[in-house]
Amino acid sequence: MSATPQLPPVAKLEQKTVVDLIAKGKRIDERGLESYRPIEIRVGLIEKANGSAQVHLGKSKVLAGIKVELGTPFPDTPEEGVLTVNAELVPLASPSFELGPPSEAAIELSRVVDRGIRESKAVDLKSLVIQKGKKVQVVYVDVYVLDHDGNLIDAAAMAALAALANSKVAKMEMKGEEVVSKGGHHQLPLNNHPVAVTFAKIDKTIVVDPSLEEEQVMSARLTVTIDKNGHLCAMQKGGLYGFTPDELKKAVNLAVAKAAENRAKIMAAAKG
Amino acid sequence: MNKLPEPKQPEKLIDDKGLRIDGRRLDQLRPLKLEVGLLDKADGSAYIEQGKNKILVAVYGPREAHPKHIAMPERAVIRCRYHMAPFSVDERKSPAPSRREMELSKVIRESLEPVVLTDLYPRTTIDVFIEVLQSDGGSRCAGITAASLALADAGIPMKELVAACAVGKIQGKIALDLSDAEDKYGDADLPVALVPNMGLVTLLQMDGNLTTGEFEQGLSMAMDACKTIHNMQRETLKKKYATVKETVEEREEQEIAA
Repeated sequence: MSATPQLPPVAKLEQKTVVDLIAKGKRIDERGLESYRPIEIRVGLIEKANGSAQVHLGKSKVLAGIKVELGTPFPDTPEEGVLTVNAELVPLASPSFELGPPSEAAIELSRVVDRGIRESKAVDLKSLVIQKGKKVQVVYVDVYVLDHDGNLIDAAAMAALAALANSKVAKMEMKGEEVVSKGGHHQLPLNNHPVAVTFAKIDKTIVVDPSLEEEQVMSARLTVTIDKNGHLCAMQKGGLYGFTPDELKKAVNLAVAKAAENRAKIMAAAKG
Repeated sequence: MNKLPEPKQPEKLIDDKGLRIDGRRLDQLRPLKLEVGLLDKADGSAYIEQGKNKILVAVYGPREAHPKHIAMPERAVIRCRYHMAPFSVDERKSPAPSRREMELSKVIRESLEPVVLTDLYPRTTIDVFIEVLQSDGGSRCAGITAASLALADAGIPMKELVAACAVGKIQGKIALDLSDAEDKYGDADLPVALVPNMGLVTLLQMDGNLTTGEFEQGLSMAMDACKTIHNMQRETLKKKYATVKETVEEREEQEIAA
């Protein structure tokens, strides 16, 4: 059951500072209202994974690892491989993350990242079939949050895309009844590059890429995921309040521009 | 062996006359039926049929928070569960809550939060239970429409009713209120919840592929539909409480006569 979250213990004065600044068009870390924090992306840090990427979005740190394993396709899609996305909010990343089964926030995070990748058809699932209806490759995208300073959705989506673009898959074939390696690897084929852009509504102002301090005072959150053609492929509104239609239209148009900027950074970093 | 045949993929989602597989126009809602106050034990309840969706919602509260530590000192906690019955879909669904149901419980709760006057009932919970008895496309939206009626039926002070409806894209065209098949074989789904007089969108999700122009077209089509549904919600409540009033008046007259 989903319950209204407990308010984070933030000093009222600190909250007021953030809100008052934004009302004047300024932010506590001196960014513009439509600016991202510095983005740093490193790929291939985990040798045992098929692909990996670590994203620093300001002080938020997210690591994504890709594992590709042998499995069976879903009965309704016998000619497609399988993609699964999972996110872990590990307790080392924030005092608010607790041990135990995935929290609602972790489930939402993984499902929003999943939707962007799946709906943009980023991973070429048809290329993962070894034997129709029987043997396919399963792509596991595991997102690991290491340090939570806000906007985990964008950081996780960036890390997932960079890690996928950095993934090598073993070439497999059927020999009789068995799946064997043909020897060698190939790049995991990607057809699209979805990028998530998240907005926070603070009082009456919309800002891009909210930090944790800003998330603690936002009334609502909106994520718009844009594919490489500038089309929308996923959206998610969160938070206790809502958006006016005009705010939504403005955010969607801004997301198209921001996604293009970030996509260039991600794909450049993924090439390594 | 006893399994029902699975519905086949229709050849066309829109025919030459511009009509959809169930005969609707692109901007037409499915038949919608609303009822309130049909459960005896719940503080408030509502039932909705929208297409093949059959959804029952019960509201309990405001009541004492259990366990106590979840209570908030300045407001009521809203709790929400969206749950699908095992027999509500083609293939039996495990009754254990899935990740999808957990996400939907969260976004549905968030769609209702802005209208409920939670600060009137500190240290309590308001529980909203949404049971999907039969599922068709757009069940989260139908759930929200019914949940806000159930909250009103429970007598919980609210700024306004929330109405919800999805739009989608089928064969490259924006269409209102997608059915199961249209959602499955269509190109996009955009569920929207609206608080009409506040002009506030309180649920917005999207999956598929839309241009920014299509998004704007879809959003405005969904908002118009939400306004229609909002009027039906009001009528449903009015009708219900008109009958309650009549019954009370009749009883009073009988008592006077006796």
